[in-house]
Amino acid sequence: MTKKNPLSFQLNVDDFLPATEAERQSLNQLRPSVSFWKDAMRRLRKNKVAMVSLFVIIVIILLAFVVPTFYPYRYEEQIKGALYLKPMTFSPDEQARIDAGAKIFPHILGTDNMGRDYAIRVMVGSRISLLVGIIASAIILLIGSIYGSVSGYFGGTVDLVMMRVVDIIYTVPDILLIILLSMALKDPLMALAAKPGWEWVQKLGVNLISIFIVFALLYWVGMARIVRGQVLTLKQSEYVTAARALGASSGRIIRKHLLTNCIGTLIVTTTLQIPSSIFTESFLSFLGLGVAIPMPSLGSLASDGLNGLTSYPYLLLAPALLISLIILSFNLFGDGLRDAFDPKMKS
Amino acid sequence: MAKYIIKRVLLAVLTVFLVATITFFLMHLVPGGPFVAEKSISADAQAALNAKFGMDKPLIVQYKNYMVGILQGDFSLSLKQRGWTVADIITSRFPVSARIGGLAVLLALLVGVPMGSIAALNRGKWVDNLIIVVATCGIAFPSFVICTVGVYLFGVHLGWLPTFGLASAANYILPVFALSFYPMSYITRLMRSSMLDVIGQDYMRTAKAKGLSRGKCLFKHALRNAILPVVTYVGPMLAYTITGSFIVEKIFVIPGLGGQFVSSITNRDYTVIMGTTIFLATLIIAMNVLVDIVYKIVDPRIQLK
Amino acid sequence: MNTTGSNAATGAAQNVHNPDYLVDIQHERLSFFTPAGEVKALNDVSLYVRPGEVLGIVGESGSGKSVTAYSIMGLTAYPGRLIGGDIWFNGHHINEMSEREMRKMRGNEVSIIFQDPMTSLNPVYTIGNQIREVILLHTSKNKAEANARARELLTLVGINEPDKRLKQYPHELSGGMRQRVMIAIALACEPKLLIADEPTTALDVTIQAQILELIMDLKKRLGMAVILITHDLGVVAGTCDRIAVMYGGKVVESGLTDDIFYRPAHEYTKGLLVSIPNLKDQSHTRLVPIEGSPVDMLNPPAGCPFAPRCRSCMKVCLGRMPEYTHLTDSHYSACWLLDKAEFEQRQREEQA
Repeated sequence: MTKKNPLSFQLNVDDFLPATEAERQSLNQLRPSVSFWKDAMRRLRKNKVAMVSLFVIIVIILLAFVVPTFYPYRYEEQIKGALYLKPMTFSPDEQARIDAGAKIFPHILGTDNMGRDYAIRVMVGSRISLLVGIIASAIILLIGSIYGSVSGYFGGTVDLVMMRVVDIIYTVPDILLIILLSMALKDPLMALAAKPGWEWVQKLGVNLISIFIVFALLYWVGMARIVRGQVLTLKQSEYVTAARALGASSGRIIRKHLLTNCIGTLIVTTTLQIPSSIFTESFLSFLGLGVAIPMPSLGSLASDGLNGLTSYPYLLLAPALLISLIILSFNLFGDGLRDAFDPKMKS
Repeated sequence: MAKYIIKRVLLAVLTVFLVATITFFLMHLVPGGPFVAEKSISADAQAALNAKFGMDKPLIVQYKNYMVGILQGDFSLSLKQRGWTVADIITSRFPVSARIGGLAVLLALLVGVPMGSIAALNRGKWVDNLIIVVATCGIAFPSFVICTVGVYLFGVHLGWLPTFGLASAANYILPVFALSFYPMSYITRLMRSSMLDVIGQDYMRTAKAKGLSRGKCLFKHALRNAILPVVTYVGPMLAYTITGSFIVEKIFVIPGLGGQFVSSITNRDYTVIMGTTIFLATLIIAMNVLVDIVYKIVDPRIQLK
Repeated sequence: MNTTGSNAATGAAQNVHNPDYLVDIQHERLSFFTPAGEVKALNDVSLYVRPGEVLGIVGESGSGKSVTAYSIMGLTAYPGRLIGGDIWFNGHHINEMSEREMRKMRGNEVSIIFQDPMTSLNPVYTIGNQIREVILLHTSKNKAEANARARELLTLVGINEPDKRLKQYPHELSGGMRQRVMIAIALACEPKLLIADEPTTALDVTIQAQILELIMDLKKRLGMAVILITHDLGVVAGTCDRIAVMYGGKVVESGLTDDIFYRPAHEYTKGLLVSIPNLKDQSHTRLVPIEGSPVDMLNPPAGCPFAPRCRSCMKVCLGRMPEYTHLTDSHYSACWLLDKAEFEQRQREEQA
């Protein structure tokens, strides 16, 4: 350590005057505090992958719900003489009409074995897949969170029994239940469809309704476990004890502390449940247990397309790739949400 | 430890029993019977078949008979595949599924664990991002997509690989890979997040402070801790995979247990359904118990109750 | 070690260090390059430790005391990087050492014990395994010999039934015992320097005293130097030969223990000492805290880091970093008030 002489020429007497309060405060720039939501949204916006996925999801939603309304073709419309057209080609009939001056919208994805424009079928198929995914996830969220929070909150024997039920449901093979249920519900639902006002049952298909019922019976267990885990942990948090020590009522504690800390997990889990439900639906449709013809679902389209794989690969590839894209985007977005909501994550 | 194992085994037996019961009554809930749809059966013949298989007795009696039979190791005869016992059906089909399933899980582990670790160690860099995207695709793409695209690409378009049956070793490539894709991706993601957790722990800093090389730190200290969640996942996953995937078996025309199960359901072959369900449930539960025991060996902190 | 800054910038003579010192840190600058920006953790830190000496580094969270000690061993966490200054330890020039050479040094010539014994030991390996590990790494002993040495070490740190303990897992031991095990691991290869990073903060008060006593006793027996890092002045009072007080990434005062406690020169040190409640105080005597909040290391001020909180803050304090003023050979402090005193002294002399 060398001793320096600091006073040679740089300082003057005025520098040694006491600093004013204002001068001292000018150095204290506190960064503004950010709320949990704003912070999470900011992190989410920065996540490029998540933002791209969100964009893709929005595009797909538009294609599934908005575009079909003004698309020139209907999904059940069979065009004579236009079977198995390759993408962007026309049938001889249509070609003749174009030469005569008529304007015909191109078959972007060709046509299928019954002359139906494939692009519109794929779009409507996505609509079905998305709807099933979202409705099923909503059902799961509702049942799962209620079951899980009751089990977690009460604890003790109630919890023990409820969780054993969950374990058993987990062990029963789902394919078994779905198929059996479809078969069991077929007749009663057919009878119901005959009644006035219930025709939509026929349209959707017995199988599809069975799927919803199966979701309601089986697939909520994952969500229930997660919610229960959350409630159990949160119940014991020190801030809950602190709130109680400060005199907060149970209702306030549940609302302000438990629920708000759960919401992040709930949102993420539901967002990730959607692709899982779509996955299951497409799998079942592929097996022939999904929607009734002629209504298409991406899974059933892929299943039909499998037969003509060697000659007409596009019939399989288009729905297969699209469903993969949907599930992928939801998964990536859900991952992004999870990262954004987790305050412990250091980027 | 012994007490724990006994307790788990007893609990397992109870669960299997419950599952069997539920399945039994569910099966019979569906209207009609196994012989209703058969075209060439007259009403008399139907009644005769019903009587032969004891299906004319009241449900409870049927249930009791069946359960007693199980306890004696008799899984009865298949209702639809005449002349075959259920046990025979299962034992002839299971090895096929098991072989493919086993290879698939092995592949999933051999690829998933290193990939997940590499991603964690290079967090934020392009390697990590690439691995995450590929792994997410793996869990996103439904198995029928992987199978069909695989068949199209490698079988039809490029013509490199055979696409059905199990005639040669090459036949195994597509189905094994297709089946392993999901677990491989899941394990990659799981390993990545587990490894990220572990390398931030204080004991990793202690290891470095001792002067251990990076490799030693990772392989000795990090891996053992990070692999635990993967162990928990692999147990039940192995059980599900070796009992056969219906989709893979259908698309690649493989005579495995998965396809058998589904067709027995649609055919209402009650005995086969029951036998396979019990088999599946037992396998899964056995795997769960095994995983818990392995976990206890690997992680001494675990207190088994 | 990566050094991107050049030593020439500091103006100090390069590669010249005092051979009498075991540890010689000169003008160290270290920053963490985070997504939020560059966190300037160390802003020109200079310290030294003689062989066999106990240096206490005192400061609040974020002052840079742990970061300094870790940099001696090359344990700086990602995304931290040394950007200026020189570090010498035991004849090695740390800046220029390769990772391989550093590994030979760690656990061998210099060891460290951490704050939280609960998490510093790997839960899946036995105590014996973790002690043997460092012995097998740095010596040529075989497994049996290493085990014997491990047993010796456990007895040395005051753990009874060493054979039983060697086979146990960390979660089967209490916090105090785990810290003793950490000490055993640290001393296994008889290092020249032991760094103790807040070794007693996570322990009960009664155990604290035992652990400190143990460290001091072992230091005497093995003749090693100790750097004791803490925020607790009580801990350093009875144990350290010299004390360095850090604030905002800088050593603001350094000297013999008596100098620091009885003749504190820096306002921060004075504030720390005053804030300790006195057993003899009347009840309801107000506590005297240091006003204000810690420095934001993303945007450290150009002047003295303590200035915004200092009751005697002057205009110059806010804009310019004070140089060190030596009050004795071993006691120095960086404060404009001392310069002011000198300035006025000189003026009086000139007028006389």
